[in-house]
Amino acid sequence: MSKSYRDGLPISPEKFVDQLMRMKRGSISRRDFLGLTGLGVATAVMARELGIMPTPAYAAENLGDRMSIATWPNYHDPATFENFKAETGVAVEVNVFGSNEEMLAKLQAGGSGWSLFVPTNYTISTYKKLGIIEPLDMAKLGNFDGTKEDARFTAEGTIDGTIYAVPKNWGTTGFAVNTKKLAKPMSSWKEFWDTAMAEGDGRTMVHDYQLTTIGNALKYYGYSFNSLKQDELAKAEELLLKVKPHLFAVSSDYQPGMRAGDAWMTMCWTNDGAQLHRDIPEIAYVLGKEGGEIWTDFYAIPKDAPNKPAGYALLNYLMNPKVAVKEHLANGAPSTDARVNALLPKEVLDNPILYPAADLLKPLEFGAAATLTDPGRAELMARFKSA
Amino acid sequence: MPAGTEAAFSMRGNLLRRNLLTALLLAPATLWLVVFLVLPFVAIAIFSVGERAPEGGYQAALTFAQYANLPARATAFWNTMVLAPAGALACLLVAYPVAYYLALRAPQRWRLILLALIVIPFWTSLLMRTYAWMYILGGRGIPALLAYVGIEDLRLINTSGAVLLGIVYGYLPLMILPIYVSLERLDRRLLEASADLGATPVSTFLGVTLRLSLPGVMTGFSLVMILLLGEYLIPTLLGGGKVFFIGNALVDLFLQSRNWPFGSAIAITLVAVSVVVLIVANRISTRLSGARRVDLI
Repeated sequence: MSKSYRDGLPISPEKFVDQLMRMKRGSISRRDFLGLTGLGVATAVMARELGIMPTPAYAAENLGDRMSIATWPNYHDPATFENFKAETGVAVEVNVFGSNEEMLAKLQAGGSGWSLFVPTNYTISTYKKLGIIEPLDMAKLGNFDGTKEDARFTAEGTIDGTIYAVPKNWGTTGFAVNTKKLAKPMSSWKEFWDTAMAEGDGRTMVHDYQLTTIGNALKYYGYSFNSLKQDELAKAEELLLKVKPHLFAVSSDYQPGMRAGDAWMTMCWTNDGAQLHRDIPEIAYVLGKEGGEIWTDFYAIPKDAPNKPAGYALLNYLMNPKVAVKEHLANGAPSTDARVNALLPKEVLDNPILYPAADLLKPLEFGAAATLTDPGRAELMARFKSA
Repeated sequence: MPAGTEAAFSMRGNLLRRNLLTALLLAPATLWLVVFLVLPFVAIAIFSVGERAPEGGYQAALTFAQYANLPARATAFWNTMVLAPAGALACLLVAYPVAYYLALRAPQRWRLILLALIVIPFWTSLLMRTYAWMYILGGRGIPALLAYVGIEDLRLINTSGAVLLGIVYGYLPLMILPIYVSLERLDRRLLEASADLGATPVSTFLGVTLRLSLPGVMTGFSLVMILLLGEYLIPTLLGGGKVFFIGNALVDLFLQSRNWPFGSAIAITLVAVSVVVLIVANRISTRLSGARRVDLI
């Protein structure tokens, strides 16, 4: 007699499913309780081996029951993670950061615990250099289609032909103004900084982030957003120190202040600008005509990710255009993926906050890798904050 | 073997056994301190003589350049050295009357309940309570209520007043409890004696009550002050990240500019400053309690 796989199982598959369903309804006997640990193991084994459970595509690999993602404030539809949990049983813990430096610091120190994170374009080369991220295993990301991505925004995720990160969305860094409080029309970074010291006194916020705060101060004088030149940085510092006593806050989480009406004007990313304008129409999003930042945020998986299978599963889930479109509707940032754009309603594609006119986009610069690690800019930011 | 030697031996045996027992009892605490205090401190000390790696972090070196660079955070040190004692003083001014009432005036049966009410908020984390203040002081909190009575566009959040309020609120129990303990132990007969000898209530308070509670005041003051020396949460959340404590400088050095050696040098300096504060507070408090003993005899 050939040995059946059923021999030696602690419980017959039929009885197992029956018991599991009973527990799901909330009825549990003492014996059930005592056998629970064994049952848990059996669930994992049987769901995979026997095909008797409704098997999602993910069951091919053990995903565990939790994972952690590092991302930016107000950047996801909370329903996305709920749905992911319903489909895979993996609960997602969301860690929010205000700067790329902070993410890098956590990853450099080790033991961040993240299985997926959201770095900005200009940081990826440094992560690769430090050996913090690995090439992505594209076989696990069937939902990603490189041919449908806008090449302008994806270049920095690929290093020497190897894909280390795939794009989440792109956007710009401008400023948001509450036009009821500050009625005068504004269109430049010069006006932003000047207003901060006049009508916007005590009501203006800047990012707790060297790249944009220093970069947009450099723009006041028309210098490059990425400048590392001593004399140009000295001018930017002079401006920042002059503005400092007039600020409401130095913080990258500016939505609460803007929504409560404590802050009237803030440095702002596209997605926050779109969310604020959607909920409070008098809050406008302005791109400085001198230029400033254009960016792409990517998804990458840390080399020391504690739950890589779940990291890949969530990333693949987020790359599904049907999921991504909901993310974009919630967070308000434009997509790099043509398949997603095809699903977005026309009024979103026509929204000038998301898709600014070409002449406004032209002077914008992508952040430069050197700004991330430059000690001079870091110290300048520290002097500004402690002043 | 002479009897004396034998006794000495057994005494030595006893002593040895007792020492062994003491060592065993102390082992967990010692291990804890070595693993979680001494080793990290040694690591920080080693970091502090190193260099920042080009991409941030630590790179081995032997240099005192980080310590030489300390003046670059002079503003943060200065802010802390001003705000920590000021915060502790504000805390003291609020805490003393409360402790006085609790120890000397409150009815006995209420005392325990009132003490519990002071301690219970401590069961919630400081972060949560500070967030609550963010909403109370924010535009949809008190200013929204004041707008109803015609006071428009008042800003309370992200001011030094808000930071001070957060500090007093957050650390009040740490100040009340030691003062309460020293007042509670106060010999009431001394107060009667003082009154009998013709002292006014004010001079009794200044000469007897206050003097005798000074050790409690010093304990509370140094406790709050040392915690404030490392504070960074309250200035970030209620000060809008504009009021920069040395704690904030540390967070930035480790989490933003990733200059671990410089951060370590600052951490070591901060520990040294805290130790000095503790020693001075201890000296003052010993002298005051010494003075008390002389007075009583």
